[in-house]
Amino acid sequence: MRNVIPVLTVVLAIVVLWYGASVQLNKQWALDQAARQDRVLSTAELVADTWSQAKPKLPAPHQVAVELWETVAQKAVTSKRSLVYHAWVTLSATLLGFALGTAFGFLLALGIVYLRVMDMSVMPWVIASQTIPILAVAPMIIVVLNAVGVSGLLPKAMISMYLSFFPVVVGMVKGLRSPSTMQLDQMRTWSATRRQEFLRLRLPSSLPYLFASLKIAMAASLVGAIVGELPTGAVAGLGARLLAGSYYGQTVQIWSALIMAAAVAAAAVGLIGVIQRVTLKRMGLN
Amino acid sequence: MWILLGITAWIAGWALNVWLAGRSASKITALMVPILFGLTLVLVWEALVRGFGISPVILPPPSAIAARAGESGMILWEDFVQTVIKGALSGYVMGCAAAIVTAIVVDRFDFLRRGLLPVGNFVAALPVIGIAPILVMWFGFDWQSKAAVVVVMVFFPMLVNTVEGLRDTSAMQRDLMRTYAAGYWTTLVKLRLPAAMPFIFNGLKLASTLALIGAIVAEFFGSPIKGMGFRISTSVGLLQLDLVWAEIVVAAIAGSAFYGGMALLERAVTFWHPSQRKGR
Repeated sequence: MRNVIPVLTVVLAIVVLWYGASVQLNKQWALDQAARQDRVLSTAELVADTWSQAKPKLPAPHQVAVELWETVAQKAVTSKRSLVYHAWVTLSATLLGFALGTAFGFLLALGIVYLRVMDMSVMPWVIASQTIPILAVAPMIIVVLNAVGVSGLLPKAMISMYLSFFPVVVGMVKGLRSPSTMQLDQMRTWSATRRQEFLRLRLPSSLPYLFASLKIAMAASLVGAIVGELPTGAVAGLGARLLAGSYYGQTVQIWSALIMAAAVAAAAVGLIGVIQRVTLKRMGLN
Repeated sequence: MWILLGITAWIAGWALNVWLAGRSASKITALMVPILFGLTLVLVWEALVRGFGISPVILPPPSAIAARAGESGMILWEDFVQTVIKGALSGYVMGCAAAIVTAIVVDRFDFLRRGLLPVGNFVAALPVIGIAPILVMWFGFDWQSKAAVVVVMVFFPMLVNTVEGLRDTSAMQRDLMRTYAAGYWTTLVKLRLPAAMPFIFNGLKLASTLALIGAIVAEFFGSPIKGMGFRISTSVGLLQLDLVWAEIVVAAIAGSAFYGGMALLERAVTFWHPSQRKGR
């Protein structure tokens, strides 16, 4: 809790900087407008104008807050203009991709830990697969899957899955191998079967690693879902809001979508954090 | 016929790998097994695409991609320069340098560290890529906006890692520096920065993949008529999937080379770290 004051100071500093920057960036347009109307703006008028433009280069924080309030609280959730609706579209793809990616990553990790061939042949490619800018492949995956007849949630979820399986594989391989030789020997002296060894020793000791990976995977799959929405012609979702906003110069809309994405990410990752704390506490690990 | 060939290739590759993996571990087998696995995948891909008669609009066979890459080498090179060299690399250098300098400042003042680190951690988990349309609006369509996106993307992971690394000295080591009457700057240069190197390189490697992603995705929001992201999004529209795949191969090679270069540099700089020693 002793971090509260420094964090608040930093956040406050960011808000102040933001206001200052929005004056700087929007100044030119305001001055041009005034010059065209043969007016001279006083400093107070200039500042007031830069903070209330309809299409500013950088909207002031309160403009974004107003837009957020209007699109989140004052629109029906089912309305296409409601940000909650768009956030839900993105979140559902994220969650599906996250679940698929976690399951796939878990299975791969099992294979890598128990089969030497897989360890030697698959592991280097798993790592190589992440040095490829996966998001670059995203539009193609979407278009191709659309051509095959798969559309809607699944293509986006596939991209999320591609991004989220990697942290799970790496974390789980590390976690499943974390029991020491001594612990493994102890299991053997109890003549434990491989199944028991897995369920009673390897799986429990891998959980701290799993949770750490799940947080990264969740953040990654949200990015995947957002980028996955870009090439589909932007129908619904936070990525679509970003794209539409950038086409029509609606900066306030872009920023509110960004803040919404940040909130969704924070909530999802935070939820995993809570589950992690409760689980590890009950296991006596924390 | 082709399907049968694919299945045979799969089984043969797998059997060879099992046999190789069963032999005593050496450098050659450690290298051969993943290469064989990759080759098998490509063979199976080629065979299945031909066998099932999959339209090249959906999934072109590897041979077509290779042919296309050979034909349009000039385009690929132009896109590579635009995206990787101008966009990703310049942004990467600026972002990482800024982050390291900021980290040293942050580390100096405990108040800043306690305030900025949680915020940095939070931002590092956010979908930062979403800032791309805004930066494209600010800096125009050319590579400057892509570099700006990359700077923002690599800054926070780099900052968090470097701050973490700068704290990674033991009280004993710092006391030793004090008995040598070393000042803040001497301690920083001779002890704490070298000790932070493993963390810094961790960040640099992480940032190398982020940089490429940032540069390519930023191009989806507007770019001049060259660049890998531009080529990918327009070629998909034109159904030239072989060109798209050729771009992806280039991106993959560039990404791996980038990452590998960082890893090599890391080995040279942090040769003293336990993780770099040859386990024998």
